[in-house]
Parts: sequence; C-alpha cells; structure tokens
Amino acid sequence: MNSRTRAIVLGTGLVLLAAVPPVAGLFNQPFYLDLVRRVMIFAIAALSLNLILGYGGMISFGHAAYLGIGAYAVGVLAHYGIDNGFLQWALAIVASALVALVIGAVSIRTSGVYFIMITLAFTQMLYYLGISIEEFGGDDGMRLAVKSQFGLIDLNDGSAFYYLVLAILVLFLVLGHRLVNSRFGMVIRAARSNEARTRSIGFSPYPYRLAAFVIAGAMCGLAGALLVNHTAYLTPEFMNWTRSGELMFMVILGGMASIAGPVLGAFALLLVEDALSGWTQHWQLILGPLLVLSVLFFRHGLAGLLFGKNE
Amino acid sequence: MNIVLVLEQTLNGLQLGVMLFLMAAGLTLVFGIMNLVNLAHGSFYMVGAYLATTFYQATGSFALGVLLGLAGTLVVGIVVELVALRTLYERDHLDQVLATFGLILFFNELMAMLWGRAAIYATIPGYLSGHVELFAGLRYPLYRLVIIAVGLAVAGLLWFVVARTRLGMLIRAGASNRAMVAALGVNIRLLYTLVFGFGAALAGLAGLMAGPIHVVQPGMGELILIEVFVVIVIGGIGSIRGAFAGALIVGMVDTLGRAFVRPMLATVLSPSAADTAGPALASMLIYLLMAIVLALRPQGLFPARS
Amino acid sequence: MNNVLLEVRGLTKSFGALLASDDIDLEVREGETHAIIGPNGAGKTTLISQLAGNLLPDRGRVRFAGEDITALSAPARSHRGFARSFQITSIYRDFTALENVMLAVQAHAGHSFRFWSPARAERALQEPARRVLEEVGLGARAGVPGGSLAHGEQRQLEVAMALATRPRLMLLDEPVAGMGAEETQRMIGLISTLKGGKTIILVEHDMDAVFSLADRVSVLVYGRIVATGTPEEIRANAEVRRAYLGEEIAA
Repeated sequence: MNSRTRAIVLGTGLVLLAAVPPVAGLFNQPFYLDLVRRVMIFAIAALSLNLILGYGGMISFGHAAYLGIGAYAVGVLAHYGIDNGFLQWALAIVASALVALVIGAVSIRTSGVYFIMITLAFTQMLYYLGISIEEFGGDDGMRLAVKSQFGLIDLNDGSAFYYLVLAILVLFLVLGHRLVNSRFGMVIRAARSNEARTRSIGFSPYPYRLAAFVIAGAMCGLAGALLVNHTAYLTPEFMNWTRSGELMFMVILGGMASIAGPVLGAFALLLVEDALSGWTQHWQLILGPLLVLSVLFFRHGLAGLLFGKNE
Repeated sequence: MNIVLVLEQTLNGLQLGVMLFLMAAGLTLVFGIMNLVNLAHGSFYMVGAYLATTFYQATGSFALGVLLGLAGTLVVGIVVELVALRTLYERDHLDQVLATFGLILFFNELMAMLWGRAAIYATIPGYLSGHVELFAGLRYPLYRLVIIAVGLAVAGLLWFVVARTRLGMLIRAGASNRAMVAALGVNIRLLYTLVFGFGAALAGLAGLMAGPIHVVQPGMGELILIEVFVVIVIGGIGSIRGAFAGALIVGMVDTLGRAFVRPMLATVLSPSAADTAGPALASMLIYLLMAIVLALRPQGLFPARS
Repeated sequence: MNNVLLEVRGLTKSFGALLASDDIDLEVREGETHAIIGPNGAGKTTLISQLAGNLLPDRGRVRFAGEDITALSAPARSHRGFARSFQITSIYRDFTALENVMLAVQAHAGHSFRFWSPARAERALQEPARRVLEEVGLGARAGVPGGSLAHGEQRQLEVAMALATRPRLMLLDEPVAGMGAEETQRMIGLISTLKGGKTIILVEHDMDAVFSLADRVSVLVYGRIVATGTPEEIRANAEVRRAYLGEEIAA
C-alpha cells in the first residue's frame, strides 16, 4: 500500500473520529463519546511509547508511570486550588520529562532484559510512592477538585473536550511522523537496527536514546493530564505496571513500524476489553490467552495487515 | 531502638531474603539457560500458596498440603512450559514479556474464579507455631526460623547440584552453548522442561511458605516479582550466587528500612513529617539501591555472563 | 609514505583462558596499505575490533597521529578518522543502500539533534552519499533495501559506508569474503583506487587481494605478529611458511 492510499485511510479514520460527537448526540448515546475519548487518550499514550519501543527498540515496561505523573501534576495542583489548565498541563509535561530524564539516565546504560526489569521496578517505586502519600488519598486516590480551566474551552463540555483530545492526537501524529523521519529519528532507528554499525559510523546511541525517552515521557505526561480530566478521579492505579503492559500491547497489536499503528492498537485492545467485560466478569481469563495468541501469531499487528510491513 | 528489635528485624530481613532467593533462583536459572524472560513466574508463587492452603484444609495435614502444593505447582509449571512457552524460546525478549504478561492475567483471573477475589487465610499447624527463645531476650516465631532454614537448605542444595553434579554440569554447559549440548545427545527439550518445572516449584515453595505470613490472593505474585527483579538486577542475571547475594541484600535493606527509617527520620524531623516521609522513603529504598548499583556496576554484582 | 599514522604497542586481550591478542606491536605508515594475514583463529578480527574501538584491550597502547586513543570509544574514533567494515556483513537491512550511506554521511555532517526536517530529503546528505555509491559501483542500486542486495553488493555497501565518513584510516575486515572471482576482482580494483590517498589496514585470506594491494604485510599467528615486511619478503619467510603449513594459500 503506497503512501497516498495510506494518507486516504488515515484521513478517513480521522473524519470518522470527528464525526463521533454529533452522531452520539443524534442517537443520544453520550456513552460512546466517552468511550472513544478514553480510547484516544490511551492512543496518545501508546503513540508516545511506540517512539521508544517500536522505533527505538527500547522495551520500556514502565511507561504508565508518566500517565500517573501527568495526572498527579494536575490533581495535586487542583487540590491546592491551582486550576489554571495551562499551568497544570505544563507541569504535567515538565515533571514527566524530568522523571524520564532521571530514570532514563540510569536505565539506558543497560539493555535487554535488564532494561525491562529496571523500567518496571522504577515504575513500581513511583506507584508505591503514590500509595504512601496519604495527603492525596493513598491507594484510594482522590477526586479531581475541578477540571483544568482554560479560558476558551470548558472541559466539562463533553464534545469540546473530545475535540481537544482529537486535536492533540492529530498533533502528536504529525509530530511523531516528523520526528521519526528527522535526523534524530534516523539515528534512533539505526541504533535499533544495528547498534555496532551505528557506533562504527560515529554515533553514540546513548544521548539520542535518552532524548527519545524524555520526549516519550513528556508526551505521555500530557496524556495523563488528559486522562485525569476525563475520569475526574486520580489514583495510583494509573501507574500500575499492568497498565504499562496494556500500553505495550496497544503498540504491538497496532503494529510497531508505523506512527498510526498504536491508535489502531488502542482501539483494538480497549474495545475488546470493553466487549469482554460486558460479557463476563472473568474477562481477563479470556483476554490473557488472546494476548498470548496475538503475540505468537499476530506479530506485525493491525497496521502490518493494513499497510504492509514497512513505514 | 534496642538491640532485640534490631536482631528481630535482621532475622525478618533474612527470612524475606531467603524467600526472594527461592524466587530469584528459579527466574535466573530459566533466563540463564533458556534465555527466557518469564513475567509469569509470580503466578507459580501464587499457585503454590493456593494449592498448599487448599490441600492443608482438605486433608488436615500441613505436611501433605506442602507436598501436594509443591507437586501441583511443578505440574502446572510443566504444563505451562509444554503448552505456551516452547515457541517462545526462539522469540525475542519483547515477545516473551508480552506473552507471559498475558499468562499473568489468565492465572490471576483463574484463581479469582476458583477461589474468589477475597484473600483466603492460610494457617500454621500447631507444631510450627509459637516462639523460640533465642538470646538476649529475643523470642522469635518458630515458623519464620523454619522458613530461613528451608531457604538456606535449598540454597545449599542448589549450589551442590550446579557445582558438583553431572546435571549441574549439563545446566552450566547448556547455558553457554545450547547447540553443542544438544549435539552431544542430551535431550535439550527435556532438560528445559525439567529446569522450568524446577524453577516453578521453587517459586511455589516460596509462595506456600509465605501464605501464612502474607495474604493469599490473586495478584500476590506480581508484588513480590518486582522485588525479585530488583534482586536479579542487583545480583546479576544468570547467576545463582548473584541471586543469593542480591536476595539477602534486598531482603535486609527492605525490612530494616521499613522498620527503622521512620524512627530515624523522627529524630531529625517532626513526628508528622516523619510519618509521611518515612513510609514513602522506606518503600523506595530498594529501588534507590538498585539505581546506585546500576550506576556503579551496570552488570550487577556477580554476573554470570560478561 | 613515511610518518607512522597508527602505532600499536603491547596490545593484549584474553577471553578467559584464550589469549586472542598476545603483546602485539604494529606500525602502520600514512598512505600505506597494510595487510594482516594469518591462519584461521589467529585473532585478526579481535585485533581489528580493538583498533576500531569495538573492544577494549586488557593491556597495551594504541596511538593515532601521535594521540593516545586506547581509551576512546568507537564513535569517538570514527570522528578522529577511523572507518571500519565488518567481516560479517553489518549493514542496515531495512534501509535502502542510499539511506545506509546517508547515515554514515550524517554522522559527520553536523549534529543530529534535529527533530523536524526529513533527513532523507537533505541534499547535503544525499549528494555525497550518491557519489560514494557510484564510486563503489552501487549507483544503480541506491533505492534497494540493504537486506535485498546480493551478498557481493552488501560487501560493497560495507566499503561505501566506511568511505562515506571520509576517513584517514580504513580498517577493512575481509572485504571480499564470500565473493565470486569476478566480484573479488571488482573489489580489488575499487580498493586499489583508494590506495595512496587513504591509509588502509586490510585483513584478508584471499592472497590475490593481498599481493596485489598490500605495500606491507604482517602475519598474525595465535595472536602474535610473527613477521612484518613487503609481500615478497613475507612469501619467502620460512617461519610464515611453517605457520601456513597445512593451510591453503589460494593461488
């Protein structure tokens, strides 16, 4: 499938997404607006993970940490009466970037299995930190005092919030696409493809990987700010390591070699989860083996099916 | 802070360390020999706890519960290896992580389905309960002493098998050159299945011993698994010796930290500040330790591979 | 062809009980093509890896243009003017031949913390890359993914990537490995056009290549340099013959 066809498919997808609020309104089913909005927020998070996982080959099992950091940045500020959305979301991004910088600086010196375990461990550390701070609800979490206030957009308006999320998703798709094809992106991809070769021609992968890790963390932090406004509730469960696993699955199911893949993956995973959980309370009993089978047999993901194997 | 308290917590640290070792040994063996990252290792811990508790309640005999629990976990481990994991040996680590993650979801839900989501309570039999008078006025639970003894015995047994027996030699050879060992006529598949089953049984042993002390509930395996990862990173992947050193270090630091960080902070901060900061800092201690070890020695303390 | 560009003193490397490099002394003069030959398992690739910075020696020193570079990493050496081709083909299989070479050019054309403009569209990267591909004879195959190239073409791409970084010193590890007679001749022709302008260390088994390209030859046996001299001197050397007894010298 060539790039023209791909552009048409993507364009159609975005038009469909834009159509959800009016259609949901028409049939008086706000549930679907909520559902798709939630999926899009996770798609943003998965997209950010794909930058380092799919393109960078860095198997980070701790990406959900940034959802938590972004959410807590907003929630904590709101708790203390600061509800300016610009300030809150800026903090969400900056805090996530800083934490990613620290975690990345230590972790990226390792590779392979060590990297997986370390990123997992650090996320768990943040999770425990979140649980132990009673001020913010401990492991029960707390309500979001008030949604982020932006002058022009009222996040309490379901549709307005929906379109904001969609706009951010589109923005990140564009940013991501430019990033992976830029000089920086080429180095990251080269380092993943053949590290020894990359060092021999004169690139030291570490600073590039660290930068990618920070960028991915910052993007996911924004997703966290969006998420907490969506759920109106803040809990350390945002950072639960199983959430990290879910994000990874969204990336894999969608197909790692494409920027838009994770969007497909988020839809696939969350819609399947939703459908299964409506059917039986033991839905994880079915989802688990489904995930195993998808890894064994469905390696290139949905984007691989639709677009062919290469970006 | 008196000496008795310190000794008591040190013993607790040793007990946690020994249990972490049982888990870490299995995980590191499987990784070292089969190059397989198994996130579902914690599920065997959970299965061991559930099976032993159930069999004890059903038969009234703790010993029988332990034996059947171990055997059951071994069987589950072997079945999982045969059914789900065989194809993963050739795959890359990402695939292994994802597939075993799916297994975790499955097992947690299975336990919830069979036993309910609420915790079930495991009990200690009469002859293992009660305290032992050690020294300096320290009365320590007999059960925990038994755990320490069992753990050290298993550590000794493992060392003996790996370093001194033919099987151990095969294991070490298989770790460095799989194809060669297979070419020598050794049944590699069987070896893998046995090693995996054994690792699962070790995890199950840790789980069933932990049952009476901690709660038995779905998801219990993952909580300790992440500490096991910290152990392996600190100790070095693929090495039993590293697993042992790492486990003891992590066990001590975590236990002593939880016991003494808050009181120590209280000497310099206000009681309420110490109450908030103390538990938070204590829970982060082993991860900070991991970060420091990584900064100084990225391959761990006793890596098997260079 | 006079100053010493690369000086190696006492280079030693062990892997456990295996002594792969045993107190190696080597001098490579500027502009010369210096071949390293030896029986299989002599430690030639280990030596190249230590020179290129992919492996750290246990003991010994490496000096390049007077500077002690023993502790420098591979990327740092690349920026000092080192380039390496690998014995086992090590290209980017998913990138096209052009993109492979463009990456090598990119590494030496300013910094790469540029996040927005598409790298593939940069003339400053494309043009030098195309020129190098032409030079090695891959001009027509620029758009083919590395993994789809024929084996001989991949070896050519290896050399192209080494060339694209405009090195002072090229470390070529068995460039004609696995090539047929015609391809070998082509590669020998290519390398001979580089002679004089670049300093080349050439590891080879193929004696055709060695004797037609090398100004001097060093013989590595069990990790030790046993002889250094012109190709004719080496051919006549009794110790070298002994070392190769039982080994085939391809005529």
